[in-house]
Amino acid sequence: MPDDTASDDTASDDTASDDTASDDTASDDTASDDTASDDTTAAPTESAAEPEVSEHDTAAVAVATEEQNEPSPPPGIPLTIDGKQIFAEKGELVIAAAERNGVHIPRFCYHPRLRSVGMCRMCLVDVDTGRGPVLSPACLIECGENMVVETQSVKARKAQDGVLEFLLINHPLDCPVCDKGGECPLQDNTVAFGPGESRMVEEKRHREKPIALSNLVLLDRERCILCDRCTRFADEVAGDPLINFVFRGVDTEINTFPDHPFASYFSGNTVQLCPVGALTAAPYRFKARPWDLDSVDSTCTTCAVGCRIAVQSSGTQLTRYLGLDDDAVNHSWLCDKGRFSYEAVNSPDRVPAPMVRKNGQLVEVSWSEAIAAAASGLKQARERSGGSGVGVIGGARLANEDAFAWARLADDALGTANVDCQMDDGLPAEVVLGLPRATIEDACNAPVVVLLAPDLKEELPVLFLRLRGALTAGRTKLVELTPASTSLTALAELSLGYRPGEAGLVARAITDGGASSDIGPVPASAIDAARAALAAPGAVVVLGRPSLAESADSVADAARALALLPGVRFLSALRRGNVHGALAAGLRPSAGGLDTGGMLRAAASGKLAGLVLLGADPLTDVPDRRLAQSGLAGAGFTVAVDTFLTESVAGADVILPAAAFAERPGTTTNIEGRVSPLGQKLTPPGVAWPDWMIAVELATALGTDLGFESLDDLRAAAKSTGGFSGLTGAPVEPPVGSESGAPRVDAYALRLVAGRGLYDLGVTVQKSPSMAGLVRPVSLRANPRDLARLGVTTGGRVRVTGPHASFAIDVVADEGVPLGSAFVPANVGVDDARSLIDAGSPVTDVRIENL
Amino acid sequence: MTVREIPRIVSARWDTDDAHTLRGYLATGGYEGLRKALSMAPADVVAEVTGATVQGRGGAGFPAGNKWKFLDDKGFPRWIVVNGDESEPGTYKDRIIMERDPHMVIEGALITAYACKASQVFLYVRGEMALAQERIATALNDAYAADYIGKKILDTEWSVDVTLHWGAGAYIVGDETALLESLEGNRGMPRPKPPFFPAALGLYLQPTIVNNVETLSNVPWIMVNGAEAFAAIGSEKSNGTRLIAVSGHVNRPGTYEVECGVVTFRDLLYDASLGGGIRGGRDLKAFIPGGGSSPWFFEEHLDLPLEASVVGPAGSMLGSGAVVAMDDTTDMVRACWRLVRFYAKESCGKCTPCREGTAWLETILARILDGHGRPEDLALLVDVGDNISPGPFPGPSIEPGGAPFAPFPYKKTTICDLGPSVVSPLMSALRRFRHEFEAYIASGVGPEVIASA
Repeated sequence: MPDDTASDDTASDDTASDDTASDDTASDDTASDDTASDDTTAAPTESAAEPEVSEHDTAAVAVATEEQNEPSPPPGIPLTIDGKQIFAEKGELVIAAAERNGVHIPRFCYHPRLRSVGMCRMCLVDVDTGRGPVLSPACLIECGENMVVETQSVKARKAQDGVLEFLLINHPLDCPVCDKGGECPLQDNTVAFGPGESRMVEEKRHREKPIALSNLVLLDRERCILCDRCTRFADEVAGDPLINFVFRGVDTEINTFPDHPFASYFSGNTVQLCPVGALTAAPYRFKARPWDLDSVDSTCTTCAVGCRIAVQSSGTQLTRYLGLDDDAVNHSWLCDKGRFSYEAVNSPDRVPAPMVRKNGQLVEVSWSEAIAAAASGLKQARERSGGSGVGVIGGARLANEDAFAWARLADDALGTANVDCQMDDGLPAEVVLGLPRATIEDACNAPVVVLLAPDLKEELPVLFLRLRGALTAGRTKLVELTPASTSLTALAELSLGYRPGEAGLVARAITDGGASSDIGPVPASAIDAARAALAAPGAVVVLGRPSLAESADSVADAARALALLPGVRFLSALRRGNVHGALAAGLRPSAGGLDTGGMLRAAASGKLAGLVLLGADPLTDVPDRRLAQSGLAGAGFTVAVDTFLTESVAGADVILPAAAFAERPGTTTNIEGRVSPLGQKLTPPGVAWPDWMIAVELATALGTDLGFESLDDLRAAAKSTGGFSGLTGAPVEPPVGSESGAPRVDAYALRLVAGRGLYDLGVTVQKSPSMAGLVRPVSLRANPRDLARLGVTTGGRVRVTGPHASFAIDVVADEGVPLGSAFVPANVGVDDARSLIDAGSPVTDVRIENL
Repeated sequence: MTVREIPRIVSARWDTDDAHTLRGYLATGGYEGLRKALSMAPADVVAEVTGATVQGRGGAGFPAGNKWKFLDDKGFPRWIVVNGDESEPGTYKDRIIMERDPHMVIEGALITAYACKASQVFLYVRGEMALAQERIATALNDAYAADYIGKKILDTEWSVDVTLHWGAGAYIVGDETALLESLEGNRGMPRPKPPFFPAALGLYLQPTIVNNVETLSNVPWIMVNGAEAFAAIGSEKSNGTRLIAVSGHVNRPGTYEVECGVVTFRDLLYDASLGGGIRGGRDLKAFIPGGGSSPWFFEEHLDLPLEASVVGPAGSMLGSGAVVAMDDTTDMVRACWRLVRFYAKESCGKCTPCREGTAWLETILARILDGHGRPEDLALLVDVGDNISPGPFPGPSIEPGGAPFAPFPYKKTTICDLGPSVVSPLMSALRRFRHEFEAYIASGVGPEVIASA
């Protein structure tokens, strides 16, 4: 039988690498907006989904036709499984080939995304390679020509029964109180293959249960069957080998090393991988039984990678997210922040009803009163100062449909060009939209990947996993342009630690081909080496804002220079949930409009009479906190559409409660431009509305008909203007040569590098009780040679002084920070990089001194 | 009697007090084999050793030269690993070689490295062997200083390094793949074969030859005296000599170098120059012919020669060269439990049948010894054993070459041979001495014997 199920798996791989030439045409007309009702993920760059045939595909078709005249090649390696003739691919494991052909071989340790180890022995089958049947683990044996596999022979059944009995003799059988009960492979296999009663009369092995491996993951060692899945994941996939086997024989157990908790950003995956109830997630323990859960497929919007997830709820509460295995994006993995972010949706602190400020106090009112108040305030602001006196900040947390509606509102009803979904921490929209795009899979298979982005592990964790996997497998190489070492530096072929402000200079030196000289801490030899590594066509640049303390212009300059590399494509590394969808939908400054930084500056000087905060929290997210504070204080009439009363929202005049993730259907666009559906699992709490509905009502109150009153109408309207896939813009111009670079650093100062941590002060983390405590303490990292030069005692506290603030901070010596720079995290503490950054300057210099 | 005068190959220097020093070694013909080898082409060295048919002395019995030939089509770098993690119950021959004649091991490893074009040798010495470690370490330093190891050895263009590694005390690391894991700094757990055959995917996934200490110790002699001289010793199928550690209820326990394929178990246990008879003139009840993991032999097997192709079909194996005698005072249930307990304690815990099965068997046997046995326990023991090592015991099996060998390689549901090893003493005792088990179960106490195992 031809392998029809396999073609799904392989096709996406093939097309992902094949259609490199057809990107531009592909992204225009695929991924239409009606995918919301569809479970499949629409990839704009996959030519398989494309109705038109590009030149590239025409050639492929021609080849295929020619081949039909030849005798058709065999459909694979022929072998027999349980009497059925099947065809396997080269290198395919027996267990996988069997599964593809409808023969399920029981297993515990085997997982298609992990290296096979053959430890549990549950998949023992009789394999005959011509020398008689031999019991062999189906997860280790590759299919061979004319192999005969018997999965149900007397010998195989006896071995499987025996293994199951061995697994059960010391298993506590506490299924009635086990979270895994009902979805447990051990339970299922026992019903299918196991003996009726135990022959073991001795006392079972006992352990303290459970023990905490980390703040998020607990281990019940009695239930553990030592399948090595969690440990393999931690070591091979996450690169955090913090759990391992200890002791031996029947005393073997999984544990952490002394004083080193399993503090991995990806620890939740081990819970999902665990084939028994041994590993449980702290937030989910004892919350629900699997058969009580309702599930809907959706897409995580905690960051912009767009991991496919199953959203599961019990009653009116979300209970957990599970990663779905998507070949193109997340391979079933999630980061812990995404996995446990449902706690924020469940938070009792959600804004339940509209609020209006009366006599200085926020008062709950009806929707009609709130909409009327918002409309009249905004109308007055516009009348007072025209469209340029009104602004909309935010929108990256909205679904595509919401973003479309709000962009129309800003344009038609508010008449303003001051719209920006980025928080002064991203890149110019024309750069993000105008560069040739790559998919994650493209990056993983590119001859070389250039990282000009922040630490992906902190900002786009699953993209980090994918690239790490490609690098450790040797599928691609990495060249980093980074102002401080990242989590991928150890795997990089080259890491150019540049000084903030000089990204453009370094990138131009690489691409212009002239004689190299040292640029700040980057030696000429490294520039030459990078030039050599990037000579082959087809590099993929992962492009984000490497440091929040370096202006976007410098990075955009570097991106323009790198765009000159032969056949280069770009994968955006902007972090915020649906920032790409929001940019595409038009939540970006149009001609003459101000961006978020510009709006805040205008507001600070009293020139912004009306402001809409669209799921935006500038006080937390804008890198320059002083700018955010003065901007919000100086803004006129403020309307906030949000799910929580954040510090920024609390000062607004009208607060409109919005539906959160999993509370409305829609679509979202990820870093690749891939449009994926968002599933609705709950109804919003209180009287909260979806954002698009708020936009429609507000526009009506402002006297404008947006032309749609339902999601279907909205999608039809969006389709007529290009749909949600339009991550395209005018081609980006090459850099124009301002050779000046950044200002010099004086001998006593260090240039500030600022980056976010995965766990931060944003509402998603802070309103999730399991994660709120995981924010790491603030510290300043600098090169030990700089610290020695400045006479600073390492390991202690120092005073750091920026342009506008000065405070005490822990100092850590770190060789990964280039000479002359200092790294301070942003958005993790009261005093952090946000107090130091001066957004008005292309770079920020700080001084440190002993306390 | 089949014990005749033969040249001593691996124990030749045991009577010399300073043979473990470089001076003592050189005075007795040391490093002549290396000089000879370096004057030949590597392929000729392989051919010479292949011609001598040195069956592996570690347990599996695979001929050394043939093993080296696996590297022919493999890439570089390749490595030689010397398995000095001798820990099979009853076996204490490699330890004595390393203590008394460390340079011979090193010379054998160097010749092997030259023959296999390997650039590095790893010497893995068991953690508990303090004296062996000390002497090997001293010998290595001396050999480096005297230009037998290092760059451009003995003025040739050939260079090699030797790294000494001490184990941390795990029986399972005697398995070659577990040893490689341990060498890499990981937990000593066996790798599945396929795909991790060391000759293809060995240390750090490079082609690697793992040879036993005694096996390599034969190589210098073969280089000096030639394959023909080696083949003249022993039987047609088993060339040379091998060291047998005789222990248990014999008058003269010790390690003896005997002729392969000629000397019988009766010679080993009763010859005045070897075991010297059962202590106190008592009767032999059973003996272990090849280390703790081999099925037991009895009176009727005494006249079998130390020949793998004879011992195999008779239901056991020569294994690691350890013969343990048990006289008629032995409590067979307790003896069986003692061995089962060893394997249960030493199971690495990697695969399910071994981890859970060996421990379960041990608890059942302990329960029977404690007087809480049930009649159905005997069938349970057999069936649990069968789930670790399926098939009739000892199962017939076929060596790849076609010669009938049994029961090695074991039939097994496990990754390595530790699991099936537990079944050998269990099934041996159960089949022959079932009445002793039944006596325990019936009365709660053992038969009328002194528990001396």
